[in-house]
Amino acid sequence: MMKNKTDEQMTPLQQRIYQAAEGIRHRVMEHTIKNNGGYLSQACSAAEIFATLYLDVLHMGMPEQPLLPGSFLGVPGPENPNHLTGSAFHGIKAPEYDRFFLSPTHYSLVLYAALIEAGRMDVKGLDAFNKDGSVVEMIGADHSPGMEIMTGSLGQGISQAAGIALGRKMKNETGRVVVFLSDGECQSGQFWEAVQAMSYHKLDNMLAYVDINGYQCDGKTTTVMNIEPFDKRLESFGARVFRINGHDVNALAELGKLKPDGRPTFVLCDTDPCRGVDILKNRIPKLHYVRFNNEEEREQYRTVFHNMADFAGQGGKLNGDII
Amino acid sequence: MEILSKVHAKHLVKWAADKPEVVVLSADLTSSTEIDAFRDTYPQRFFSMGIAEQNMMSFAGGLAREGYKPFIHTFAVFIYRRAYDQIAMSIAYPNLPVIMFGFLPGIMTPGGATHQAIEDISVMRSLPNMTILECGDATDVESVLDVANSIDGPVYIRMLRGEIPRLFPASEAMELGKSRLVSEGEDIVLLTSGICTEEALRASNALKSRGISIHHRHVTTLKPFNDPAIMEAIAGSKYGVITMENHSIIGGLGTIVAEKMAEAGMGKKLTRIGIKDTFVHGASKQYLMKEYGLDAIALINEIERMIGRELNINEDELTEAFIVEVHSKAKAEAL
Repeated sequence: MMKNKTDEQMTPLQQRIYQAAEGIRHRVMEHTIKNNGGYLSQACSAAEIFATLYLDVLHMGMPEQPLLPGSFLGVPGPENPNHLTGSAFHGIKAPEYDRFFLSPTHYSLVLYAALIEAGRMDVKGLDAFNKDGSVVEMIGADHSPGMEIMTGSLGQGISQAAGIALGRKMKNETGRVVVFLSDGECQSGQFWEAVQAMSYHKLDNMLAYVDINGYQCDGKTTTVMNIEPFDKRLESFGARVFRINGHDVNALAELGKLKPDGRPTFVLCDTDPCRGVDILKNRIPKLHYVRFNNEEEREQYRTVFHNMADFAGQGGKLNGDII
Repeated sequence: MEILSKVHAKHLVKWAADKPEVVVLSADLTSSTEIDAFRDTYPQRFFSMGIAEQNMMSFAGGLAREGYKPFIHTFAVFIYRRAYDQIAMSIAYPNLPVIMFGFLPGIMTPGGATHQAIEDISVMRSLPNMTILECGDATDVESVLDVANSIDGPVYIRMLRGEIPRLFPASEAMELGKSRLVSEGEDIVLLTSGICTEEALRASNALKSRGISIHHRHVTTLKPFNDPAIMEAIAGSKYGVITMENHSIIGGLGTIVAEKMAEAGMGKKLTRIGIKDTFVHGASKQYLMKEYGLDAIALINEIERMIGRELNINEDELTEAFIVEVHSKAKAEAL
C-alpha cells in the first residue's frame, strides 16, 4: 500500500485522502485501458497531491451535488455570452475562498478523476472524456470541469494566476490562489518571469504545488533540460520553498496551511511517475502518454488493474464498469 | 497646424481619475510610453512588470478576470512579436478587456528593425475577438481611450507619442467603426491611417489645383472593418481606391480593403501604398517615408499612374510637413 504510516496511525481524513488518491489512479488506469491511451503516469505521480488539495487544502465552495459536465457551448466572445466555465465544479466564488488552477492541462484526466473523488463531479462525467461536443476535453480548456482559465500552453498558467492573485489582493480578498504545476513546464522563460513578478509584487496569497515526477514528453527531464537545483533557484528568485515527498499526504497537507509571510510559496513534490502501477516502469523513459504497443501489453495492464481494483475496493470508489 | 506635446501622458491621468478599475502595466518603458505621470499620480494602480512581456500579458489576463482593466504600455513590437501565444490564449481567447498600447508603429523610430512594428496589424487582426484601432493625430490619441474602454474584449492600439499634430477638431472624437471624412470627391477614393493621413494632406492643395477630386477618409478602426461609407465611396469612384498606411502592404489596411472589395464583387482598381514586404532600418521618419515610398510624393506618383497622366507637382508645392526633431524634449529618448 502506498502509505507512509499504517492505517492505525492515520486520522480518518488522511485515510480518506489516501483512498481518494488510489481512486484517482484507479480511474485513470481504467480509462487508459478502455481507451487504449491516457496520461497515466501523471495520475501515478500526482494522485496524492490532487487528493490532498481537494480534500484538505483547498478552501472552496461545494456544488450542491456532484455535477455532470454540460455540452460545449462555444468559445468566449462578444457574440457568445453563454460559454461555459468549468469553475462551477469548485462551487460559488467568494472573497474568502481559495481558487485552484491546473497549469499543465495534460493532467486534465487526473483532475477529472480527482473531482469525482472529491464529490464534485458525477462519476458519469468521465464518460464524456474526449468525446466530440463534450467539454471533458483531453487537454482541458476554460470550459472543462474544474477549470476557468486557459492554461494548456505551458508557462501561461502561473502568470494568469499571479494576475488574479494581485487583483484579489487589491480587493482585500482573503482567499488564496493555488496552482498545480509540473516540472517540465518550469523550463519555460515565462515561468521564471512569473516567479520574479510574484516575488517582486509580494504575492504571498499564492501557493504552488509542483509535481516533480522527473519525466516529460521527450523522456527523463534531466536529459531534456535540467532545472535543478530547482529549490535553490526558486529561493534565489525570492520564493518560500519546501521540498517534500509528493506522496506524503501529511506533508502535503501541512504545507497547505502555512501563514503567508510576504513571499509566494512553492511546495516541490518529488514523486514517482510509476507509483502504484509498477508495470509502467517497463516504459521508462517514455512515460508522457501511454498507448499500448499491442493487445498483449493491454492485457497485462488489465491484470494489474483488476488487482488494483481489489485494493481500491477497500475505499476508492469504482464505477463498476467491466473493461 | 496646432502641435501638441505628450498628449497621452496628460490625458490618461485626467481620464483615469474616476476609473479605479484602470491599472497600468509597464515593461521598463514608462517614460517612453508616456505613463510616468500616471505612475506618479496613481502609484497604487501602476505596476512595473520588467522586461518580461510574456508574463505581463498573461498577468494582465488574470487582472482582467478579477474586474480590472489592464492598460499595457510598451513598444508595439514587444507586444505582438514577443508574446503572441500569451495574447492569444491569456487575453484574446477569453475575450478579456485588456487594452494594449503599441507605440512606435511602422517607421516611427530610428531604433531600426528591432523596434519597428511593420506587421503588427497583420498579426493581431487574425486573432479572434481582437479590436484594432490606430491613432493619426492628437484628437485620436485623446479620444481613443473612450472608444477602447467601450469595447467588450481586447483592444490593440497603434499609438502616437511626443509631439503630435491636431488634424481634427478636439470636439470631434474618434468613433468606433467610423472613418473620418477628410475631403469629398469622385475621381479617387483615398483611405489613409495613422501618420499617413497627415502626409496625404500635404498633397491635397496641389492635387486640387490640378483638378483631381479625391474622396479622402481617415481610418481609425482597422478591425472590425465595417464602415459602409467606405464601401459606398469606393463603389462610386472613377479610378478606384488608394490605401496609404505606415505598415506592410501585407495584412494591413490595404489587405483589409482588398478583402472587402473582393467579397463585395467590386471591380475597382486598388493601389496599396505602404511598406512593400521588406524590413526597414533605423533612420528618421522623414527619411524612411521617402525611402520606402510612404510620403506625399509617393501618393502623387500613384495617382498619376492611376489616372494615366503627369500632374507636374514638385516638392515645394506640398504643404510643409511637421517635422519632429529626433531629440525632441517631448520624447524620453531619441528612439
